[in-house]
Amino acid sequence: MGRKLLLTHDHVEGIQGYAAYRANGGYRSVEKALKKMTPDEVVEEVKKSGLRGRGGAGFPTGMKWSFLAKPEGVPRYLVCNADESEPGTFKDRYLMERIPHILIEGMITSSYALGANTSYIYIRGEYFYVARILENAIAEAYANGWLGKNILGTGYNLDLYVQVGGGAYICGEETALLESLEGKRGNPRIKPPFPAVAGLYGCPTVVNNVETIAAVVPIVNDGGDEYAKIGIGRSTGTKLISASGNINKPGVYEIELGVPVEEFIFSDEYCGGIANGKRMKACVPGGSSVPILPDYLVCKTAAGEDRLMTYESLSDGGFVSGSMLGSGGFIVYDEHQCIVRNTWNFSRFYHHESCGQCSPCREGTGWMERVLHRLEKGEGHMSDIDLLVDVAKKIEGNTICPLGDAAAWPVAAAIRHFRHEFEYHVLHPDKIKDPKHGYREPIMPVKPEPVTA
Amino acid sequence: MAEVIQGTRAFNPSTRAGIQFSEEALKTIEALMKRYPEGKHKSALLPVLHVAQAEADGWLSPEVMDYVAELMKLQPIEVYEVASFYSMYNLKPVGKCVLEVCRTSSCWTRGAEDVVDYIGKKLNIREGETTADGMFTLKTVECLGACGGAPMLQCGAEYHENLTEAKIDSLIERYRAEGRRKCYTDLDYQNTK
Amino acid sequence: MSLLKVTIDGKTIEVEPGTTILQAARQIGPDVAPPAMCYYTKLKTSGGYCRTCLVKVTKGSEKDPRPMPKLVASCRTTVMDGMEVQNYSSEEVVEARKGVVEFLLINHPLDCPICDQAGECHLQDLSYENGRSKSRYEFKRRTFEKIDIGEKIQLHMTRCILCYRCVKVADQLTPGRVHGVINRGEVAEISTYIQNAVDNEFSGNMIDVCPVGALTDKTFRFKSRVWFLKPVDAHRDCDQCSGKAVVWKYGNEIYRVTGRKDQWGEVDEWICNTCRFEKKSPSDWVEEGPRKINRHSVISQNHYGSKTRFVASPESLPQKQLS
Repeated sequence: MGRKLLLTHDHVEGIQGYAAYRANGGYRSVEKALKKMTPDEVVEEVKKSGLRGRGGAGFPTGMKWSFLAKPEGVPRYLVCNADESEPGTFKDRYLMERIPHILIEGMITSSYALGANTSYIYIRGEYFYVARILENAIAEAYANGWLGKNILGTGYNLDLYVQVGGGAYICGEETALLESLEGKRGNPRIKPPFPAVAGLYGCPTVVNNVETIAAVVPIVNDGGDEYAKIGIGRSTGTKLISASGNINKPGVYEIELGVPVEEFIFSDEYCGGIANGKRMKACVPGGSSVPILPDYLVCKTAAGEDRLMTYESLSDGGFVSGSMLGSGGFIVYDEHQCIVRNTWNFSRFYHHESCGQCSPCREGTGWMERVLHRLEKGEGHMSDIDLLVDVAKKIEGNTICPLGDAAAWPVAAAIRHFRHEFEYHVLHPDKIKDPKHGYREPIMPVKPEPVTA
Repeated sequence: MAEVIQGTRAFNPSTRAGIQFSEEALKTIEALMKRYPEGKHKSALLPVLHVAQAEADGWLSPEVMDYVAELMKLQPIEVYEVASFYSMYNLKPVGKCVLEVCRTSSCWTRGAEDVVDYIGKKLNIREGETTADGMFTLKTVECLGACGGAPMLQCGAEYHENLTEAKIDSLIERYRAEGRRKCYTDLDYQNTK
Repeated sequence: MSLLKVTIDGKTIEVEPGTTILQAARQIGPDVAPPAMCYYTKLKTSGGYCRTCLVKVTKGSEKDPRPMPKLVASCRTTVMDGMEVQNYSSEEVVEARKGVVEFLLINHPLDCPICDQAGECHLQDLSYENGRSKSRYEFKRRTFEKIDIGEKIQLHMTRCILCYRCVKVADQLTPGRVHGVINRGEVAEISTYIQNAVDNEFSGNMIDVCPVGALTDKTFRFKSRVWFLKPVDAHRDCDQCSGKAVVWKYGNEIYRVTGRKDQWGEVDEWICNTCRFEKKSPSDWVEEGPRKINRHSVISQNHYGSKTRFVASPESLPQKQLS
């Protein structure tokens, strides 16, 4: 059984409310930080912890915090990115719904560290009911003196608000989020300047994912060194993984970074193996944007080593034979899933979510979707496959924000590993209704061996 | 989807006549605008549009948007630009209960298409259409962040996960019996996992 | 402050701090200047959207010589001392730009034969000089209805490449913007949303900044091909603008009035709608002499075979024909 830092009290009755949360050690990090530590000391602990952004990019949080510009007389902002929209990812919703106070606590401690006196939680509009839960938690925190003026008599003031979005994946990109928070269209900004210099209302701003902010709580409570003891190498601490797709036990799991992927998929402690006694065909380990892996590259790297749930191990082999940990949106596909269909599905998503600001993404995502749809229906040509590779290449790296890359990578990776399936769609338009059409024997057999906890 | 995409220009010049939000809504809007620093009240536009949509039969007509612009002291085009960008704002009339079925990967692999087909047949409407009695609109949407409970749909503030035919039946029955509009801003949320 | 040294395609120049790569390249000359479809010097915050001006930074600066990991939009990236940039000399840039041109064209109607912008269209020039000869797009192109936004301006959204210039003109030159970008992604469009007139004295400048034929002058609509007209520098006393314009004549008749555009197709000074739309009589204007149009369009070059990137000689075709 791995250690849990965020979901420790997940099953405590009433943990959604203030009383139970406080009774189980809640808000200790605020007491410790505000009374015993300077803001810089808090930043230092976060640096020591090795915590990396949990939203997908995996950028070291302590370093991001230390980039924050601190000009005299200019307010600074902390904005929490709760615009969880990456297909396959639902960990933040789970955390906010179950233990809202851990986010509020993390926001207070982090805002103190960054010197912010007004902070916002930007949550996707579809999570309206979660926003209510957060607002109730914030009201409780105000009522108990954790928010407002002169918190704990230390002279530190903080106001915290929840802002709901309007439905747009792109607002998970931090500058688009800031635009949206300013009441505008969610068009990503052209960088530089980065938010650390000119973010919300042109002021220095840090944008962090929900899980990142929550992780600050155990880091301050137990110290950064203690946090860094969990995990392997530069992948420290625990990570919430949203597991979905054709597995026996979809859900949110808190893992210690470093758990073998095989154990994660097949052990009863986590996903519990592939549903309906089928076999795995492929896995998208980090949310829809990351490259898809064929079964034989999921549990082992190309070099034959065990693949682990870490930033490094999942990306071992680069884009040729690896993928990314991303946001931890772990989607498993069984042998009856069609990769062409799924790639079209992803492509439709990015086409729908492109903001339309820059031309490669605006025009390219729709183009890819149409070509993929044609292939999926069995109306494509052989040349379509290379056309897709080329269009993806022309989008990748040439757009304002990473949505272009996110749209291009899944297409490129699917063709890289499953070209035979695309070709099959062209050659056998009559047979693609057969659910097993894309299946082939894995090069390296995968043993569905349950690991005892 | 339609291959030829036409622009949206079906509306007549706007008139603000007859549009008035409730006292409570106006108070909420005022409070929302105060959450942001002096002069930055435009920040409240997205939440205010949610309130407006709930006040105005579930959709934002140009007249309603003009009214929002007036309340927030913005140019009307600023409101149109924003409302048309985000997928949660309806720019055309919708039924009282908008059934938004997630169609992205995880839900898709677990039967999202069957859910759409089933609801469609049951209500005798196609995707994007509203029932004749104005009660239900069937819509497909992109990932709602409930992949673990796939397949799922959202209606107003409610998430309904791990859908089965029986679950859909009872859901539709309940909504019919309640007979009222479901909004994102509803307070009486019950997650039916 | 001291000047910064930057090398673009092997040519070095010293520029003021704050200068963008694009501006530095323009200072060196048209041989190295990247094309720009959305950037416009006189419009604040313009640029960055179209991605045609992408370049490769092979050396970040003297202090930090690391190359930049991705191609950057030269119009929005400022020069650092010692920076080295590749534009046409980089295969990667040329390829990426080819891609951008293709993207810009897949939904463009290619209706140049009936478009008033033909002959002075930046998209025509761009695709001629940087594009591929055949499109690989095989789906229906998106279309929009034509609408009048204001009495004198027609919006033909189907041709638009969403450069945002006209929105910025409305924001920065006129009070109370009534048009903007609505919807998102592929179906995003320039619109007033409801029927509404863009009605103010400087709205006509939107026509001049539009790089394609999306916004055209209704008073000139289908009157003549631009290359049959003779551009003449002219001025008049105007209480609203500088009154410095170009009048486009056929014989003694003035067909249209525009701002004076520089080598890069950008207007020197904004003109008002009165000068642009109302003053079409030769007696309204004091003529200064023929306007040298430094255009490099396929049409003004009149030799379709050779793919030259260079700016045509000042004695370009329209004047030769008519003078």
